[in-house]
Amino acid sequence: MEKLEVKNLTHHFGFTEILHDINFTLKRGEVVSIVGPSGGGKTTLLHLCSGLLDVEEGSVSNNFTSSAFAFQEGRLLPWKNVIDNIVVGLLARGDKKSIAIQQAKDIALKFGLEEDDFEKFPKDLSGGMKQRVNFARALVTKPSLLFLDEPFSALDIGLKRELYAHLMESCKEDDMSILFITHDLMEGIRLSDEILLLEADPGHIVKTFKYEMPKEKRDDTFVYEESAKILQDKEIIETFELNSLELK
Amino acid sequence: MKFFLKILKDFPAYLWSGWGAIASILLFIALWDVGNQVYGNLVLPSPLETFKTLYAMLHSQEVWEQIDITLYRASVGFGLSLLFGSILGLIAGFFATASMMSRPVVTILVGMPPIAWIVLAMIWFGMGDETVIFTVIVASFPIIFVGALQGTRTLDGDLKEMADSFHFPWHMKFMDVYFPHIFSYIFPAWVSGLGMAWKIVIMAELLATSDGMGAELAIARSQLDTPTALALVTIMIGSLMFIEYIILEPIKREVESWRS
Ligand SMILES: Nc1ncnc2c1ncn2[C@@H]1O[C@H](COP(=O)(O)OP(=O)(O)OP(=O)(O)O)[C@@H](O)[C@H]1O
Ligand SMILES: [Mg+2]
Repeated sequence: MEKLEVKNLTHHFGFTEILHDINFTLKRGEVVSIVGPSGGGKTTLLHLCSGLLDVEEGSVSNNFTSSAFAFQEGRLLPWKNVIDNIVVGLLARGDKKSIAIQQAKDIALKFGLEEDDFEKFPKDLSGGMKQRVNFARALVTKPSLLFLDEPFSALDIGLKRELYAHLMESCKEDDMSILFITHDLMEGIRLSDEILLLEADPGHIVKTFKYEMPKEKRDDTFVYEESAKILQDKEIIETFELNSLELK
Repeated sequence: MKFFLKILKDFPAYLWSGWGAIASILLFIALWDVGNQVYGNLVLPSPLETFKTLYAMLHSQEVWEQIDITLYRASVGFGLSLLFGSILGLIAGFFATASMMSRPVVTILVGMPPIAWIVLAMIWFGMGDETVIFTVIVASFPIIFVGALQGTRTLDGDLKEMADSFHFPWHMKFMDVYFPHIFSYIFPAWVSGLGMAWKIVIMAELLATSDGMGAELAIARSQLDTPTALALVTIMIGSLMFIEYIILEPIKREVESWRS
């Protein structure tokens, strides 16, 4: 059984404790999201899970056959155009170039990029376009485990919905698992089987919310009702310090 | 291959953009002519006379032999600097200790006036090819070395991490992540190294040899033959401009089109 298992994970940068005693498991086919305040250590947790950072205390065991990472800040190669950026993951594992480029074009179109954009360098792309290229680069490799660091943060609602649909489709087709970070609770409710609430200083999981309803059946009403519920939650209110800043 | 075709395809447009440069050269020649009318033929021969001398010189077998000699020295010196400067600079850039240790050496090499090197080289190697080539190397090597070193030192750690996350094989890591970045530093360094080599070769020849364009310049000076001196200078400048604007600049534009 492929799974990602995080046990008693603690991490320091210098002398500050960033993460404290994190425990969770992600099984094949599951979607787990991480929500929490900015600077709370979410990106650090994702990097530790994906092996980009070395684990110091505790353990991360990952026996998924393949994984891919979409970074928070894009990290596109500035000297490569859109298609050549998307294709790197495929070329790195030795796919044939012509096939890889065709796949890259297909996914770019699905992601709302236009043919005019294909030859553009990252300097000529908007923030949201860069984010989509970054996301497409990871998704096109069809990994069994996908790490996403705020993949939708710079997109408009229409694009978000389209990408949710593509993501869910890939999930089902390839039985893909996803660990992703989001600042949008509704997004978490719509896409995940489990939401981990990470409180800051040091980052630790205060609560997990589980959603059993099949994802294709989650309509807007469900998402709104659940987000209304989750916003009443004591831990959510405390973690995001919602009460101290009541809007009048 | 595709890359060279692209350079050729964009070449006419690039040349067309050169009208401004041509206009400024013509303006310069006009000012030169004014200078000639003010100061007289001995101090500053007219452009016309200079170009006539130049034309005559370019038809003489002997002048071409001298140009060949100079070209040979400059290219050997520059070629060695290019090779060793690039390789050693890359190595020094990849290792923190090496780059720290190389700094004072580079400071000495850059800070020492070329004329001092020529004197030392004359003592060590006597009057001949070695002295000139040695001076060219010590003058252009540090420029290229520093370019390569800085290119390697400033590689983006985030992009390396990205490459690792996709398990880039080593050749892809080099060609797609390291090379374009390093090249954007090393290529301008090659260009300035080349300019330096061309200047230094003439100076070293003038002081330390009896053949080559520098030596010709020395002879023209001793005979107060200003038209020949100016014609020689025109050859030097013209050849440098040709290499820089016709060969190197189009390559640079193509390779760096990703930059804003
Ligand atoms: N390489 C590093 N060295 C030192 N400190 C770091 C490093 N990376 C992150 N930090 C610190 O760790 C803390 C958590 O950072 P992290 O990027 O994980 O936050 P985050 O939850 O992803 O925030 P955001 O939602 O704003 O992206 C921050 O205080 C940050 O300053
Ligand atoms: Mg983050």
